[in-house]
Amino acid sequence: MKPFDFQRADGLEHAAQLCADQDSKPIAGGTNLIDLMKLQVETPETLVDIHRLPLGRIDETDEGGLRIGALATNTATAVHERVRSDYPLLARAILAGASQQLRNKATTGGNLCQRTRCYYFMNIDQPCNKREPGSGCGALEGIARLHAVLGTSDQCIATYPGDMAVAMTALGATVEIADAKGKSRSVPVRDFHCLPGDTPWRDNVLEEGEIITAVILPPPVAGKQLYRKVRERSSYAFAMVSVAAVVALEDGRFSRADLAFGALAHKPWHDPRLSALLLGKEPSAKLFDEAAEVLLDSAESHGENAYKIPLARRTLAAVLAEATGMEL
Amino acid sequence: MAITINSQTYDLPDDPRTTLLDFLRHDLGLPGTKKGCDHGQCGACTVLVDGMRINSCLSLAAMHDGDHVTTIEGLGTPDAPSALQRAFVEHDGYQCGYCTPGQICSATAMLQEIANGWPSDASESLDGPVEASGAEIRERMSGNLCRCGAYANIVAAIEDVAAQEDAA
Ligand SMILES: Cc1cc2nc3c(=O)[nH]c(=O)nc-3n(C[C@H](O)[C@H](O)[C@H](O)COP(=O)(O)OP(=O)(O)OC[C@H]3O[C@@H](n4cnc5c(N)ncnc54)[C@H](O)[C@@H]3O)c2cc1C
Ligand code: SF4
Ligand code: FES
Ligand code: FES
Repeated sequence: MKPFDFQRADGLEHAAQLCADQDSKPIAGGTNLIDLMKLQVETPETLVDIHRLPLGRIDETDEGGLRIGALATNTATAVHERVRSDYPLLARAILAGASQQLRNKATTGGNLCQRTRCYYFMNIDQPCNKREPGSGCGALEGIARLHAVLGTSDQCIATYPGDMAVAMTALGATVEIADAKGKSRSVPVRDFHCLPGDTPWRDNVLEEGEIITAVILPPPVAGKQLYRKVRERSSYAFAMVSVAAVVALEDGRFSRADLAFGALAHKPWHDPRLSALLLGKEPSAKLFDEAAEVLLDSAESHGENAYKIPLARRTLAAVLAEATGMEL
Repeated sequence: MAITINSQTYDLPDDPRTTLLDFLRHDLGLPGTKKGCDHGQCGACTVLVDGMRINSCLSLAAMHDGDHVTTIEGLGTPDAPSALQRAFVEHDGYQCGYCTPGQICSATAMLQEIANGWPSDASESLDGPVEASGAEIRERMSGNLCRCGAYANIVAAIEDVAAQEDAA
């Protein structure tokens, strides 16, 4: 690890002020940042310890939703009674990720901001436009097994690797952000992560000095919630494809179909055309095929990750079938 | 700035880069906690912080001001082993033994999580109750790898202790 100046933040504004410098970074659970600092992928000059700030609470909102503090651990969120009863999708997505040891440290804010697991990004001897702008993208012509098939650019084909945010995307949650001046803004989780485009170094919309303070879940809705994660081993592995679904039927037709997809893109993928297609229609294998067609109409593979396109198609169909009680 | 480890209090290290793992092994001479991967991938470095299991390789010692850490040395001794320590010996829950301290710390916390009724990815229902079945134990222990593949005996040792606790 490169030497750094270690600062303990004694309040939110203090934290944001310390983080306003481009060479400083907040640290929460540390499970991603310390890993990357050991690899010298991250080399902050100042590390701002925010983990004791009072941002760990999970509270009901006036609207009947939940406000999950940025420092609530993934474990605390997954075992929270209201999360288990009203947002089982979120509990399931968290429990499908990492290990209990990691979830005990991982936080809401850190999980949202976790960086890609692209091998080239994580190895400073390799070219990577995200880590070192202009150095090229090693994955484009290289090992791309876990890489994106949707929303890629010729600069970067990395994925956002996490699970929690995929569930939050399907649930229509909002990220609450504070800046160094004490001002706060809200961004839908759906708009929080960026596509790589010409700025692959940018993972999300946070500006320097901005700190995530919470994620707000809207009031729960009726329907079935499912999280299906496909991976190379049945536990303790990142997703190859994941599908989060909030689905309801009325008179045998879709009255809700909020879907989000993990490991397909640089962000949890949400395509509003899917619910537009499904709403009001009767579930059928043919309809699920049409949905997959829409989801993947712009998909592009890069060698090793070609399997993701048929896998996403089949996983979507399987989830919709399970959610609607259909046999495929 | 102090940290309590196995009931003894220590000053935190001067170099903020020191991980909790290196602090235990290198600075304090408590080599029971093992370094496998140093990247959160193997679980050999698992310790308990205020009863919760974490990977000590991915945590800075400086961030544990005021915390109570329990390592394998604090769980029991050769003369007075904990129930899990004894069960690992009885069931041959290891071959080389390198992953064992992490396995035992992890399992210690896991039994408490099950007692709390916390669900896992393997649980049918999120609302419990949770049974310490083979499938549950395998999922909950998936953060602890064993290069020797002693898994069958590790699960047997944990099942044995879970059953004893259930009977108690
Ligand atoms: C072996 C392994 C397997 C894993 N498997 C999975 C998996 O299957 N699924 C999954 O989803 N994840 C997985 N993870 C990733 C894990 O979930 C993340 O490391 C964790 O969620 C990060 O949270 P943290 O609090 O530890 O973040 P930190 O490491 O503390 O921080 C991560 C980043 O977020 C920033 N940050 C933290 N808090 C804030 C805040 N409040 N405001 C602004 N910025 C902030 C930090 O500056 C840093 O850039 C795995 C990790 C490992 C090591
Ligand atoms: S895919 Fe993105 S993160 Fe990976 S090497 Fe290319 S530019 Fe870097
Ligand atoms: S040494 Fe910490 S998880 Fe491997
Ligand atoms: S006993 Fe050798 S690694 Fe587990």
